[in-house]
Amino acid sequence: MRPERFQNRPVRWWSGLEWPVAGLALLLLFNLAFTPGFFHLELRNGHLYGSLVDIINRGSPVVILGLGMTLVIATGGVDLSVGAVMAIAGTVAAQLILRPGFPFPALILASLAVGTLAGCWNGFLVTWLRVQPLVATLVLMVGGRGIAQLLTNGQQIYFEDARLVFVGNGHLLGLPFPVLLSLALLGLTALLTRRTALGLFIESVGDNPRASEFAGVSTRTVKFVVYAFSGFCAGLAGLIDTSNIKSVDANKIGLTLELDAILAVVVGGTALTGGRFSLLGTVVGALFIRTLTTTMYAWNVKSDVAPVPKALAIIAVCLLQSPAFRRRLAAFRRASPS
Amino acid sequence: MASDASAPLLEIRGLTKSFPGVKALEGVDFTVRRGEVHALMGENGAGKSTLIKVLTGVYAPDGGTFRLGGAVIRPASTKEAEAVGISTVYQEVNLIPHLSVAENICLGRQPTRFGFVDWAGMTRRAVAALARVDLRIDVRRPLSSYSIAIQQLTALARALDVSARLLILDEPTSSLDAREVGELFQVLRKLRAEGLGIVMVTHFLDQVYAIADRITVLRDGRLVGEYETAKLPRMELVSRMVGRDWSAVAAAPRAVAGVGEPTGEVLLELRNFGRPGLVGPVDFSLRAGEVMGLAGLLGSGRTETARLIFGIERARTGEMRLGGRPIKVHSPRQAIREGLAFTSENRKLEGIIPHLSVRENIILALQAREGLLRPLPRARQLALADEFIQLLGISTPGPEQAVMNLSGGNQQKVLLARWLALQPRLLILDEPTRGIDVGAKAEIEKLVQSLRAKGLAILFISSELEEVVRGCRRVVVLRDRVQVGELTGPALTEEGILQTIAGASHAP
Repeated sequence: MRPERFQNRPVRWWSGLEWPVAGLALLLLFNLAFTPGFFHLELRNGHLYGSLVDIINRGSPVVILGLGMTLVIATGGVDLSVGAVMAIAGTVAAQLILRPGFPFPALILASLAVGTLAGCWNGFLVTWLRVQPLVATLVLMVGGRGIAQLLTNGQQIYFEDARLVFVGNGHLLGLPFPVLLSLALLGLTALLTRRTALGLFIESVGDNPRASEFAGVSTRTVKFVVYAFSGFCAGLAGLIDTSNIKSVDANKIGLTLELDAILAVVVGGTALTGGRFSLLGTVVGALFIRTLTTTMYAWNVKSDVAPVPKALAIIAVCLLQSPAFRRRLAAFRRASPS
Repeated sequence: MASDASAPLLEIRGLTKSFPGVKALEGVDFTVRRGEVHALMGENGAGKSTLIKVLTGVYAPDGGTFRLGGAVIRPASTKEAEAVGISTVYQEVNLIPHLSVAENICLGRQPTRFGFVDWAGMTRRAVAALARVDLRIDVRRPLSSYSIAIQQLTALARALDVSARLLILDEPTSSLDAREVGELFQVLRKLRAEGLGIVMVTHFLDQVYAIADRITVLRDGRLVGEYETAKLPRMELVSRMVGRDWSAVAAAPRAVAGVGEPTGEVLLELRNFGRPGLVGPVDFSLRAGEVMGLAGLLGSGRTETARLIFGIERARTGEMRLGGRPIKVHSPRQAIREGLAFTSENRKLEGIIPHLSVRENIILALQAREGLLRPLPRARQLALADEFIQLLGISTPGPEQAVMNLSGGNQQKVLLARWLALQPRLLILDEPTRGIDVGAKAEIEKLVQSLRAKGLAILFISSELEEVVRGCRRVVVLRDRVQVGELTGPALTEEGILQTIAGASHAP
């Protein structure tokens, strides 16, 4: 028997989370030391306020998009359309709220259904027509905002309806409602992937599609489901964003948010090549990105230069995660003693 | 460069090349004369492709001398090899489909005028190059608009466009039909008459005997010998390739394992089964509790037959019956539901899910059959994994180990476990012992017999004839993608299989 190098480390729910969490912790430590009032929390009218609450609240849309994106990326694909799908779903909600007498639950369902339908379209392109995911989702990324514009005739829509405003601005149990929504979605996604065989199939399809097909896994179904789910997530994120600003501008909602979502997934430790994924990692990744942004605000970094330090921090976390980079770093340290 | 007319065109002496952990070539001599077609033969891992890659400057040799037309050469790149007159046509046509035929022929050496591409000159040059291979087509059309055969000839014309003295063809006929092969050979004969030396790597015996003047056989990186085609009976060629000294094989008593009469019913029946261009027709039947072998050289259609049965490719001709019922299998998923299982010869690409754990790899097919919404309880998964780790003696620190960290033999056992967990009716094993150590090989052979005893029907594909003869009650032999015989009883010996592969009617 030839000697083998075993990495005898069982897979646990937290494996791979070390580095994203370390990155986030480092950033928070920095703020603890240098940003006065960053950790200040206060209870006003029974609602929690402060920078930290702001981070998880404002980070919610990216968390939600990221959860869907994680599954798509784990199959080896990508979904560029989520920002545009947010715009469509938000537009649908805003349009329907202006119709007197339209039942509110049906409005919520309609927005989510439109998002899911858009996801199904992506899934159809990727699985049945075998279009490259990048190209397939680019179609809606570009076309989706056009559809949203068509729905509104290019007008901005403003609304005041308290129920719809609550979705993005309300508080429940002291926490902002979007935070509760993203927690609920995290729970739902975990159930969906770990209490059914979906998680196993996603990881196996992403890791080795041919072998999975030969083992009888329906790669088509798996891929279709993840794109549909990503569309659903985009629908939910669109509702929150629209509600948040009490208006809808089809050209602005969710703009470039697909990139933040992809970034959250990558920072969270799910490889773009597919395979093993980590939902919690994505959540940590999304919070990391949001914390960075909030830190910039706190330091009054001009918004036109802010992307530069942001980019540097993100590169640092991605490099830390790369085993190849860590090996090189270690080798470098060994090579230069003293 | 001094060219000595009496010297052989190409003379390689003592060529050695190692890769980390493998000696790919060890002291190989190879000689090609002017105006001959020289076949380079050998099974998988014999060193043919390494030899060609060294010769064309892709790999640097570790030792040995090269002489071309008497002058010592040492090509360090394909460009240098081309410059001295060594041109290669690779197995997969490696041209650029969307460029025109003319661009493909002149790519990298376009004629220029004042620094710009001279399009008219390029067209003229391409037409001239194609004339040498007797091809008259519109060279301005994209390459992809022509058939594979024409693309192959274009590649050949490109190789000849530089002043080639030695032409290397790596499996030139693998994607051509019989008529196209005939046309290609016509061109080769013409080139041979012009004094070119042609080296041809191929697995098709008939074609070797149709065109080659000489044959050099390699095995496990060593030279077996150089022969004149006319003086080397097929039987001997085959036994030299597979490395069984055939007189010794003939003398050896037949190894008998517990391969008695099967008692089960006929499970699988194939009639005139095949897919034109891929394999077939094949006709055989397989009973429950029987191990049947599928033998033949590399590229003979063994793997293709297995893939047709398992629905990876769809059969176009004939009929397949499973348990007496005619059935058309159109996907692995369906095959699995019908109780079929298949381990691919390509463990890495088509077998393991590398980053997933041993447990996940074992339960994957079972879970896929159960469906998305009926997840196997965790406890059941672990029980299954533990059961198979015990039963097959999978050496792993635990069920949660990523399968890529296991040795080849243990990965193979994990794949077997994946299929056995399904309790299939028919198990197709394609080269289950390739690339694994001797101990694991013996264990897998033993396992196959115990599965047979439990009533499983097994189709066993292996290039190792010893293994096939030892483990199978019957063996179907394929040659050049067609079934050429079925051996059983006393006729089932390594010698018998070799003879059938070689197509010799009588043993001397």
